[in-house]
Amino acid sequence: MSAVSQGTAVSNGRFTRVLIHVTLLVFALFYLLPLFVMLVNSVKPLGEITGGNMMALPKVWTIQPWLEAWSTAQIGVQPTGLRPYFINSIEMVVPAVAISTLMGALNGYVLTKWRFRGDTVLFGLMLFSCFIPFQIVLIPMARLLGLMGLAGTVPGLIFVHVVYGLGFTTLYFRNYYAAFPTELVRAAQIDGAGFFRIFTRILLPLSGPIIVVTVIWQFTNIWNDFLFGSSFSGQASQPMTVALNNLVQSSTGVKAYNVHFAGAILAALPTLFVYIVSGRFFVRGLMAGSVKG
Amino acid sequence: MARETALDLRTRLQEWIPKLVLAPSVAVMLVFVYGFILFTAFLSFTDSKILPSYGLVGWHNYWRLFQLPTWSLAIENLAIFAALYIVICSVIGLTLAILLDQKIRGEGMLRPIYLYPMALSFIVTGTAWKWLLDPGIGLEHTLHLWGWTSFHFAWIKESDFAIYTVVIAAVWQTSGFVMAMFLAGLRGIDNEILKAAQMDGASNWNLYRRIIIPQLRPAFLSAFVILSHLAVKSYDLVVALTGGGPGRATELPATFMYSYTFTRNEMGVGAASAVIMLMTIAAIMVPYLYAELKEPK
Amino acid sequence: MGFLDIANVTKSYGAVEVLHRVDISVAEGEFLVLVGPSGCGKSTLLNMIAGLEGITSGEIAIKGRAMNGVHPSRRNIAMVFQSYALYPNMTVAQNITFGLEMHGVPKPEREAAMTRVAAMLQIDKLLDRKPGQLSGGQRQRVAMGRALVRNPDVFLFDEPLSNLDAKLRVDMRTEIKKLHQSLKTTIVYVTHDQIEAMTLSTRIAVMNKGYVQQLGTPKDIYDTPANVFVATFMGSPAMNILPARVVMQDGAPHAAVIDAAGQTRHLRFSQPGMAGWAGREILLGIRPEAITDPEGADRKSGNIQHLSNTVVVTEPAGADTFVTMTLSGRDVVGRMRADVTVTPGQSFGFTINMDKAVAFDPDTEARIAP
Repeated sequence: MSAVSQGTAVSNGRFTRVLIHVTLLVFALFYLLPLFVMLVNSVKPLGEITGGNMMALPKVWTIQPWLEAWSTAQIGVQPTGLRPYFINSIEMVVPAVAISTLMGALNGYVLTKWRFRGDTVLFGLMLFSCFIPFQIVLIPMARLLGLMGLAGTVPGLIFVHVVYGLGFTTLYFRNYYAAFPTELVRAAQIDGAGFFRIFTRILLPLSGPIIVVTVIWQFTNIWNDFLFGSSFSGQASQPMTVALNNLVQSSTGVKAYNVHFAGAILAALPTLFVYIVSGRFFVRGLMAGSVKG
Repeated sequence: MARETALDLRTRLQEWIPKLVLAPSVAVMLVFVYGFILFTAFLSFTDSKILPSYGLVGWHNYWRLFQLPTWSLAIENLAIFAALYIVICSVIGLTLAILLDQKIRGEGMLRPIYLYPMALSFIVTGTAWKWLLDPGIGLEHTLHLWGWTSFHFAWIKESDFAIYTVVIAAVWQTSGFVMAMFLAGLRGIDNEILKAAQMDGASNWNLYRRIIIPQLRPAFLSAFVILSHLAVKSYDLVVALTGGGPGRATELPATFMYSYTFTRNEMGVGAASAVIMLMTIAAIMVPYLYAELKEPK
Repeated sequence: MGFLDIANVTKSYGAVEVLHRVDISVAEGEFLVLVGPSGCGKSTLLNMIAGLEGITSGEIAIKGRAMNGVHPSRRNIAMVFQSYALYPNMTVAQNITFGLEMHGVPKPEREAAMTRVAAMLQIDKLLDRKPGQLSGGQRQRVAMGRALVRNPDVFLFDEPLSNLDAKLRVDMRTEIKKLHQSLKTTIVYVTHDQIEAMTLSTRIAVMNKGYVQQLGTPKDIYDTPANVFVATFMGSPAMNILPARVVMQDGAPHAAVIDAAGQTRHLRFSQPGMAGWAGREILLGIRPEAITDPEGADRKSGNIQHLSNTVVVTEPAGADTFVTMTLSGRDVVGRMRADVTVTPGQSFGFTINMDKAVAFDPDTEARIAP
């Protein structure tokens, strides 16, 4: 699945090539437009947006909207800025990603190298669980988190994200380990290594790429989640996406568009950063999640 | 032939460890996915309001659901949204993939630009497009300032057109991903087949229409499955972009379920709507997953 | 009782039996080759000896100790895999000593054993490299080193040479044979290559469709194949098999075959016992090297028959020239000296060494004579 640059053998005339390039550039502008608008308007005074042109560069550059979005903007009832919610998201994402990735790796290992009767059915059930509309579990999960005393807490959100992320992490590792030579496992068995030692000494050291793919996928999904965050968090445990939505939708006072844009970029920054640093793995994760079970 | 008893302890332990390791995940899945599905399905037959309640009311909630104009609107919106979203994403995705596949020098630069929206939260996307499409400060306002004073574009404020703004934002977010899927499909086609077809005198148009696009069937199928399930699950984007409005103009099943369950205290009806959403997705995903899992061996 | 005993062993997957009642007893120091086409069950049998697959019924014992259900690492065996199965994340040295480490052997002993094995296999210069940096032949040596260092009771080889190119394969074959001669270890070796089987083994088990077709020394298998399958599987080019009728002439049994011109020709059997089949159809098996030009005929043979027939194709192969003719409607290949002059389409005087001919029952395909 390496989308390496190596185009088709089809060839085109000169005019066609110019047309192709123009089309591709127009689409690039379409995709960049919202990002451009967010960036430009997040460093303008509010007056330049309401009274001026959204597409224009700022006449006066200011980082005030960023500071406001980060530490003083009104979120719900508190003028805390997005900072506490950013921290909530980090506190939620790190353990959720780590736990679901580790469990997915072990599941994938069992499902490919220690196969047993009915394992494909179990895997099929896990796989389907990735695609269910989560509305179907909202009511009982809300009840259960309440019963467990985890309602409205970060650990509650971690738990939910681990549970509903397992299907995907298992899928990734299963597909990766399926292509992993079984003879290596057999050789290690003959050498006297047991279940866990084969995993830690042979498979894990060779799982670098798929760990990166899985971690990125889980990180992006959990960071960007809104449904679970808005259903199961309390005022103090809201993740970034929910806080951003509260900021933008708040109906009181003047709409501070520049602060909204700065906040949106703040919410997008971690995943955007991951994408820029390791886009290759990000794309691989997307593809692995879509094709081939 | 007492071979079962001859298993030494270590071997027997080794046989159990894999199952023990898998057990927590299986238990979690059975309880929190399938158990919860059953529970919600059960609630959809009860008189639950604010809290779950166990008085059975038969098909009453479903009957009520389909009497509600809001639900009909949500279904109608979903049909419009899903159809446009899937078709436009596929067309843009395929076009971009084919164009990018023509040995474009800047491919390494363009691909990440097309794909980056996929890394963003729908809430961020919604926020950006909400203000971009806002007639007061966004596109309309800008074009007025640029001199095109008769330009009118206020879909996001108009009940009949607001759903199309959801399509625009959703297409913006996912079409790059569809492009990547098609591009991977294109790169998987044997170039020798293309060379042979060119020797046979096929024009580029025929090459794509008769040879290449038919070979992209698996990519079309994957794109359809992924996009349709994303469409049914669409929730965050609507919340951030239009909040379901203006009025209830952009209500979708996902937003309907949430508001009926948690703010309008009609849990039974909410559960029924969730069951219908699940059934819709299952109708698409189950055959697909079954085929994917069955093929090898 | 042998060193390695495979007694009445069967293997089923669900309702499908893939190995049927295998009985092989291997003596200490023996080199047993399991040979057969893919899917014949040879690798399954090897994996059962290794403990990587369960035994459905029967028993496998090493040194008199039943191995059914014993973990692979506790059977004191070592295995060389087709893909070599070297751990890609470890150096050559780590690969070789991993098994010892898992068995709790102290580090100084591991180092000593590794040094000894590395010197024996001439891989001492490669110890710090990763498998990815090695050539095919070097990987093969490391894989053998990993097996040798354990000093096991039985070595198992699963098609170890099939991933090497032709020349290297021949070299490594010789290497393995040398190793066996110097170490005198017991080896079970799986291959689909009948030349490997012939050259390496002290005994061969030819397998097909889950049955052991014949178990014997290479010479037994080659000269007196148990049935048509063994006869055609072992030897290259394959043994010629053609229908013939047994007739009595001058009081001796002859095989009546039909030449290219449609004439019936008679080839006298070396076995008088074939008289019992007089008047019946058989399958006659003749190896290509038993069909020669007159100068190339085996002088020690007591029964050389002459047969002139039309040449269909000649294939010079350097050391020999293979000549094809038509007998009883089949293509029959003979092996001539390289400098013989034969031309397709012309008649040529073939000599057939009937001492080496084999007769099979056409119904059961089992050998009747010799």
